[in-house]
Amino acid sequence: MNEVLILGDVKEGALDIRTLELLGVGRKLAGDLNGELSVVLLGEQVSEAAKEAVSYGAARVYKVEHPLLAGFRADVWVASLEQACSKIKPKVFLMGHSITGMELGPRLACRLGTRLTTDCTNLSIDPQDGLLLRTKPVCGGNAVSVFKCQGEPQLATVRGKVFEPVAAVDGKGEIVDVAPAIDESMIKVESLGVVREEAVALDKAEVVVAGGAGLEEKEGFDMLQNLSKALSKTFGNVMIGATRVAVDKGWITSDHQVGLTGTMISPDIFVSVGISGAIQHIVGMIRSKKIITINTDRGCTMFKVSDYGIAEDYKKVVPALIQKLEELL
Amino acid sequence: MKELEIIVCAKQIPDPEAPLSDVRVDAEKMEVIVDAPQVISPFDENALEAALRIKEEMSAKITVLSMGKRVSDTVMRKNLAAGADKLILLQDEAFENLDSHSIAAVLAEAIKKIGEYDLILTGRQAGDWDFGQVGLILAELLVLPCVSLAREIKVKDGNVLVKKNILGGYEEVKAKMPALVTVSNEVGELRYISKTKMLAMLRGAASIPTWKSGDFVSAGAKLQKMNIVELSSPPDMRRDCEILEGSTPAEKAEKLAAIFRSLR
Repeated sequence: MNEVLILGDVKEGALDIRTLELLGVGRKLAGDLNGELSVVLLGEQVSEAAKEAVSYGAARVYKVEHPLLAGFRADVWVASLEQACSKIKPKVFLMGHSITGMELGPRLACRLGTRLTTDCTNLSIDPQDGLLLRTKPVCGGNAVSVFKCQGEPQLATVRGKVFEPVAAVDGKGEIVDVAPAIDESMIKVESLGVVREEAVALDKAEVVVAGGAGLEEKEGFDMLQNLSKALSKTFGNVMIGATRVAVDKGWITSDHQVGLTGTMISPDIFVSVGISGAIQHIVGMIRSKKIITINTDRGCTMFKVSDYGIAEDYKKVVPALIQKLEELL
Repeated sequence: MKELEIIVCAKQIPDPEAPLSDVRVDAEKMEVIVDAPQVISPFDENALEAALRIKEEMSAKITVLSMGKRVSDTVMRKNLAAGADKLILLQDEAFENLDSHSIAAVLAEAIKKIGEYDLILTGRQAGDWDFGQVGLILAELLVLPCVSLAREIKVKDGNVLVKKNILGGYEEVKAKMPALVTVSNEVGELRYISKTKMLAMLRGAASIPTWKSGDFVSAGAKLQKMNIVELSSPPDMRRDCEILEGSTPAEKAEKLAAIFRSLR
């Protein structure tokens, strides 16, 4: 039996939306392989989420439950997944390209002696040999590459918000218990505590005002903050964005970072200030409905992907813009 | 107290900040051609910065390993100018286009040859292929405790203390060394290197050891190339940009304000 297995992500007892997307692409692949779609869930207690996975059409749900799996500890999660995969022997195994998937994927691939492709945006089965064709943007997004690898399971992490989530069906799948053989001694990295930070939910913004290295100084973000305030009088959910370089410089925290390794966003309006337009930034904001750029360098890439532009020093134009907005809006 | 031995793995890549026009996809040859200067991959520079900060706190020796088919000694000397103590180039035709597992396997053999180490740092992912696998696989191959996506790294009493990114915040974790940590950009950018320092290092006589595959990779090692079956350009992202003209910044700003009004 060709089994397509996905790793489900349980948040507050329920399946995460990313899991529903994985179920979507997993079902397509299972169809192409004439196989079945199954889900593996890890945690201290995942019965409710297992029933939910059945209701989304999983033919089988593997429950891997253990007190040590409460919370994410990579060492025991990798060990549990290694054991589960050895038992289940899936043909294809998919997980989300989330912070946890990024950590689990390579380690699991190494232990299972197979090859992983990360951050895939499309997946299909090569009808010739039944291997997984793994499409992934590379070079920051400057090219799109399709990879094929030997080994089982065929392993990939999948980018979020690319595939359609599945809808619930009248599922009749079975739920199977898989007991992991794990203990404390496997945990090599000890958690000292979690610090929750008030992070901006950039992907919920309607307008993003973003700054890059061209701001030249940390204080540039104060000016953007003032612009954001002026826009807030008319637009809802105006937030501040930034490039990786601005974060590296310590001008702003990384929850504001837009791009490949930050947040991928699609607001109604994206205002870029002092951003030259590195590709890994552009792929994070290109789905914005309207893009406005303020930059001194008329030749910079950012103008090429914008709808409106002002080629001018932001320090001169932004204060004037704030004043005009006060008058006009 | 014994000197802390830190190994930083740093990859040389074409500048990922290069403008779009400098990047071309050759679908036939399945190659991405980037007409940009070679640099140290940004996240690897963050890793070096993390190492340098540890070295400010205690006696430490930083060795940078850089691997590839061809690695430019001049590009990678920047590591030394920034404060690394030693640079070793792992350079061989056989290292061209290897897959992540094989790269990690080669690095593991080089690190075994170096022998002594307490901490290995890698960038979270390379700025060219964005795989994000080598560091984690390297930890598996060397059977080391592994922490990923670090935003701050400290060393204390034989342990590495890391603040690592998690969804909606960070987690503080502790691992006994030797250990491997993959580094994210929140660590901060590589410190400023003065021109004088950089030039001195470029002109410097320091000879850079270069290891060929035969010098350290065991004969039985099976190195695999990454298998690309198709390479294409991404969908065209360009838009027709209307440049707002005006004789003063205020005039341009007024036009933009009007556009904002139309977008309400």
